[in-house]
Amino acid sequence: MMRPVSKAILASIWFMILTFPVMGIKLNTVEQTVEWQFDRIILLGVAIFFLSLLWNWCFSRKGRGLPLIALPSGMGATLGRLCSLPLRDSRSRAVSLTVLLLVMLVMPLVSSFYQTNIMILALLYVMLALGLNIAVGIAGQLVLGYVAFYAVGAYAYALLNQFFGLGFWACLPVGGLLAVLFGLALGFPVLRLRGDYLAIVTLGFGEIVRLTLLNWTSLTGGSGGIKNIPGPSFFGKQLSIEDNTIFIYYLVLLAVILTIVVITRLKNSRVGLALQALREDEIACEAMGIDLARVKLSAFALSSCWAGFAGVIFAAKSTFINPASFTFMESAMILSMVVLGGMGSIVGVVIAALILILAPEYLRAFSDYRMLIFGAIMVIMMIFRPQGLVTGERRKYRINALKGEQA
Amino acid sequence: MASAPFCPLRPGRTAAHKNGMDVQYFIELFFSGLTRGSIYALIALGYTLVYGIIELINFAHGEIYMLGAFTALLVAGVLGIMGFPAGGILVVAALAAIIWSAAYGFTLEKVAYKPLRGAPRLSPLISAIGMSIFLQNYVLLAQTSEYLPFPRLLPDMEFLDYIDNIMGPSDFLILVCSMLAMVALTLFIRYTKMGKAMRATAQNRKMALLLGINADRIISLTFIVGSALAALGGVLIASHMGQVNFSIGFLAGLKAFTAAVLGGIGSIPGAVVGGLVLGIAESFTTGYISGNYEDALAFALLIFILIFRPDGILGKAKVQKV
Repeated sequence: MMRPVSKAILASIWFMILTFPVMGIKLNTVEQTVEWQFDRIILLGVAIFFLSLLWNWCFSRKGRGLPLIALPSGMGATLGRLCSLPLRDSRSRAVSLTVLLLVMLVMPLVSSFYQTNIMILALLYVMLALGLNIAVGIAGQLVLGYVAFYAVGAYAYALLNQFFGLGFWACLPVGGLLAVLFGLALGFPVLRLRGDYLAIVTLGFGEIVRLTLLNWTSLTGGSGGIKNIPGPSFFGKQLSIEDNTIFIYYLVLLAVILTIVVITRLKNSRVGLALQALREDEIACEAMGIDLARVKLSAFALSSCWAGFAGVIFAAKSTFINPASFTFMESAMILSMVVLGGMGSIVGVVIAALILILAPEYLRAFSDYRMLIFGAIMVIMMIFRPQGLVTGERRKYRINALKGEQA
Repeated sequence: MASAPFCPLRPGRTAAHKNGMDVQYFIELFFSGLTRGSIYALIALGYTLVYGIIELINFAHGEIYMLGAFTALLVAGVLGIMGFPAGGILVVAALAAIIWSAAYGFTLEKVAYKPLRGAPRLSPLISAIGMSIFLQNYVLLAQTSEYLPFPRLLPDMEFLDYIDNIMGPSDFLILVCSMLAMVALTLFIRYTKMGKAMRATAQNRKMALLLGINADRIISLTFIVGSALAALGGVLIASHMGQVNFSIGFLAGLKAFTAAVLGGIGSIPGAVVGGLVLGIAESFTTGYISGNYEDALAFALLIFILIFRPDGILGKAKVQKV
């Protein structure tokens, strides 16, 4: 017992010294005074003491191969049964899904304009996170510039509307297609790269797209962006702002459902299995006769397509876009949703995206700390639970014929 | 991201020279490229050292550089208000920045990377990205989102008047300090026992362990050395630019990574060559073409190298195994 405590005291002293300049000194350059903030340092020291105890405890559990949170034996089993109850057989699954769908359908009719807007944003991120999950979670290609495809979709709609007067419905497929083309344009040259190099190249690609949008002022309006983008028309007529928001909500909901259906089907398809083989081992995958180039390109294309769609919807929803919405931090945020949810797990990613967008909106106190927490989540998840909240399950194939022969 | 990371020419000497494409202008651009290139080189050394030993892109390295610049600014500010002489402040602030950055680098490795030894290759990278975001926001929340002015501490160097059109005091300081740091690093790696142990660990960690080298210690040492170099770069650039912000680390880190890859990641002379080449290339692009795409140039260069010569100028090709 003594060792962890003395370790924690050491850690807390170490961190108090470490964070002293940045946390403890506040300069006022105008009045030439220094504010010493010892209270913050002391507070941090106390926090680190307990965090260090927790950290050690987590490691000792991890080292012994135990789960981090152990519920009392009866409770754990009951909770597990409760959680799996709605998914146990096809009938209860259908019932629970219908209930969920009904709640989602009724939501915009009873909630305020503001809340509907937040929900739209959250659902857009669900779509983005699911799209990125194809590349990162299923195919194992760490893409750090995902937001570039989102930007391509958004700007495709904004520019086509501005210069050619094309409507939302014409631009939706165009935006998706353009994003796919960009995905292929990125994917083709990076076929030879893997792992960390690929990650950095995609990051560079994302930044190049953003910088181009920022500096090509004659086309994109630079940092001023593009204003007055119309919302989607409803069978040929433009709706009022309130109705429009509700309409977009249903649109995004439909898009998310479509995304989930497509990705679920994709995961167990021939292409999906090839993607998972790619994730496990590239060379072994190639040795199994899988065309590496084709599989990688399809991962990029499939993944970027959703970002393109989401981009078009985003432009229609916000009616104004500029390059500031498409920074690396956005990509990192989407990535942390995938990491938190569990790479390759659809349910997990949906839950994580909803938590990470809705929690800062409703817990205002946390909203300043949002990015700080996102960063911490990525580190902590990698260390303690790399498989994410919900482990991505693979379909298992049972051969019943063999059993029959044995009997 | 609002950024003004490096100014191509010193203030006050842009307009007159931009029109004439004379030799003078060329030399000026060359030296300003050399200046920023040596900063890239200082940061790139940290990437290359770490990659050489644990094959990890230390994504948070740019943040260590930013923390160095911030620590120097805060310490210099406190000492300045207390009324110390300018020259002394610069030395103390630089030392403080180096010590604290080294401590940050050491802690970073212990918290975010050490638990992930032996994990799949992307895990530490994601952890590094998380750490980078965390550190940026830590400084943002603890300090401010605005650009803070860095005090003017450099004395006027009169002997520079003879070559005044080429470089100012801060350029001179950057060139001299980074040169000294690189020579010191080379000597350290080549002739000390710890340097030898570092090289051995980089070549083959398991073998080094068998020979009684404490690999964990060497990895910590690598992070400390790399962070100290980055902090030096941070202090120098902060005194050159005259302002510091929480977001300067991201771009500088990426560019330094580009430099490390350009020279061949894992190779120490490669990092220096890569840094200088990138700095000069950027300086000429800004001077002769346009400053708008200066950052895009670095990224485009990075993509081109990785695609056509992933082992860089001085790197060696490796065979990939299952």
